[in-house]
Amino acid sequence: MSGALARLPGLLAAHVQLSVAALLLALAIGLPLAVMAARRPALARIVLGFASLVQTIPALALLALFYPLLLALSAMVGGGIPALGFLPALLALTLYALLPILRNAVTGLSGIDPAVLEAADGMGMTAGQRLRLVEAPLALPVAMAGIRTAAVWTIGAATLATTVGQPCLGDLIFAGLQTQDWPLVLTGCAAAALLAMLADGLLGSTEWGLRTRRLWPVWGSLAVLACGLGLSLVPLMRSQGPVVTIGAKNFSEQFILARVIGQRLEKAGYRVQYREGLGSAVIFKALSAGDIDIYLDYAGTLWTNEMRRTDVPPRAQMLTEIGGWMKGEGRAQLLGPLGFENSYAFTMRASEQRRLGIRTLEDLAARSPFLRLGTDIEFLERPEWAMTRSAYPMRFAEARPFQPTMMYNALASGRVDVITAFSSDGRIASDGLATLTDTKGAIPAYDALLLVGNARMKDPRLISAITPLIGKIAVNIMREANYRVDRPDAKESPEEAALWLNAQIK
Amino acid sequence: MTPPAIRFDQVRKAYGPSIAVSGASLDIPAGQFVALVGSSGSGKSTLLKTVNRLAEPDAGRVLLAGKDVAAMALPDLRRRIGYVFQHIGLFPHIDVGRNIDIALRLAGQKPDGRVEELLDLIGLPRAFAARMPAELSGGQAQRVGVARALAAGPSIMLMDEPFGALDPVTRDSLGRAYRALHDRLGMTTIMVTHDMAEALLLADRIIVMDSGDIVADLAPAALLAGAGGDVAQALVAVPRDQAERLRALEADG
Repeated sequence: MSGALARLPGLLAAHVQLSVAALLLALAIGLPLAVMAARRPALARIVLGFASLVQTIPALALLALFYPLLLALSAMVGGGIPALGFLPALLALTLYALLPILRNAVTGLSGIDPAVLEAADGMGMTAGQRLRLVEAPLALPVAMAGIRTAAVWTIGAATLATTVGQPCLGDLIFAGLQTQDWPLVLTGCAAAALLAMLADGLLGSTEWGLRTRRLWPVWGSLAVLACGLGLSLVPLMRSQGPVVTIGAKNFSEQFILARVIGQRLEKAGYRVQYREGLGSAVIFKALSAGDIDIYLDYAGTLWTNEMRRTDVPPRAQMLTEIGGWMKGEGRAQLLGPLGFENSYAFTMRASEQRRLGIRTLEDLAARSPFLRLGTDIEFLERPEWAMTRSAYPMRFAEARPFQPTMMYNALASGRVDVITAFSSDGRIASDGLATLTDTKGAIPAYDALLLVGNARMKDPRLISAITPLIGKIAVNIMREANYRVDRPDAKESPEEAALWLNAQIK
Repeated sequence: MTPPAIRFDQVRKAYGPSIAVSGASLDIPAGQFVALVGSSGSGKSTLLKTVNRLAEPDAGRVLLAGKDVAAMALPDLRRRIGYVFQHIGLFPHIDVGRNIDIALRLAGQKPDGRVEELLDLIGLPRAFAARMPAELSGGQAQRVGVARALAAGPSIMLMDEPFGALDPVTRDSLGRAYRALHDRLGMTTIMVTHDMAEALLLADRIIVMDSGDIVADLAPAALLAGAGGDVAQALVAVPRDQAERLRALEADG
């Protein structure tokens, strides 16, 4: 928790910058567009229709869609457009903020009494004077309500920017959800909510001041907003030296190992930033596009998802082929395996396993009609499940997916008899579970592999800082580190677990 | 010979298939108070609006002191012409004083003392400068409307049913007050109205329109004497008939 509090100012600053930038961009686009649309009903229908359509896309999906879009755009213009981080988050949030700004500004402008406009024209106001002296002040209360809505939405939706690798308060929420660290989740939520309420209050008092022609609330609010933005930029001023971006997927092991790497690089004098919560489908592309510099992935995931292979060669051959494939296509570099594996492991309660005498997947297949299977969300759809079933003819009495933590709970409480656990999970030892042996080698190896982007491979100081990790993390060390974060009581933060893990590596 | 203050030269205006004004020609000398009378849809408002180009004619010209209005920059043209209309259109977000002097500020002039002067002129207390439009009665609001139109010192005043939405008492007193102002300031005024009695009592000259054509153009006395044709006489018959019935009622009582 203390580690999380230390990250709060930086994440808050990044959150403020992102939200303010998205809101300003949406205002810069939305207000002129609203003025044009208010005079042309056909344009208003098109613009408002488009903005409403954007609103129907869930914010999370909108953010995710900008990644391939920017990637394709970058490829089209010969590279240079970052597809991860600030830019996609900014664009998605801007689009999201457009609707309330547009709708309210158009409503405000078209709701003005026609007689007032006739009077303005009749006394010889130019279009600009009419807008400034008559239309803008009269549309202001309605337009301002839209801007306030947009501000609150943007600050809330900005927490989702974590998923495209933009640091924000969502980092706390997503990390907390994964590690079941509820105080962390609450910290992130409360900070975002307070920020939204503050912004809404300031905009509200600005509006009140403008409406009642009192200048002090307007200048006061603008001064507070400017101070907030200024403060959020302070960390940027301090940013000196090269920054290494470390990517992580959305579970404890990834959070911990990202920090194991980060702590080593900081010791070597690098500045480090984390892009967390990236999906399996995005993270490798982010590495080859240079949006992140380092992350770790699992051999089987790259083998099936990226290389689209369905055969299962011996471990050493598989690693050689993966390394060759990466280098050959110039995508990234495989620095080496860390020494442990995180594969799908069919797991039972140890007492049950002894009682039934099930040791291997072959034994399990024979007993499967009398057993119930629990899996994580995606396993039943993954190629590994098909590969397992073609090697061992399993037909379970029942098979149902769970959230990972719920899956362990379901096994402990006897709701299911077998689960597809993660072999490096600390709960295997702590919950008294036993894993079954894959005698036929049906499931590919899931060695944890340290991957480095092409650009960073040319930095010998960086490579020598992280090379000591290769082959040094045994599965029992990783399980212990994971358990320190995942255990129900006396939870540690990923930072603390990473410090412990780094101390174990000699 | 000086050109007339306003000259309509074969002015035509149609909205789609319906013709609003079909080739009107008219000279209005400086200082005249002209009432433009006709039933709804007769084209009187459209003809009025071709002067300050709130309506642009399809053919023909409007000349102000010999100059074609189509050749003048819109803001310049409209700042030379006062415009008052039935719905008043005071700016609801600024006080009466600002409503009145906004035309001066647009022209880049300082409003030194002008607001008080105009409030005196239209017969409202000076303290009204600080009121908001929503706090005014209909008659007070239209007085402010007139003051606003006069602020920049125009020589021409266009009035489109200016007193149409007011109660009869206010309407009568405001009409007389404006007529007195017209004389004092030496304005040229065109007032559109559908009320023949108002036209007869206020104007120097009455122009009757019917379906886009000018059908009569004469002094109130001549109109009352029976000249001007059927359409004009039908309009005069209404107030005359009312007056006679009132007199009969008085006699019975």
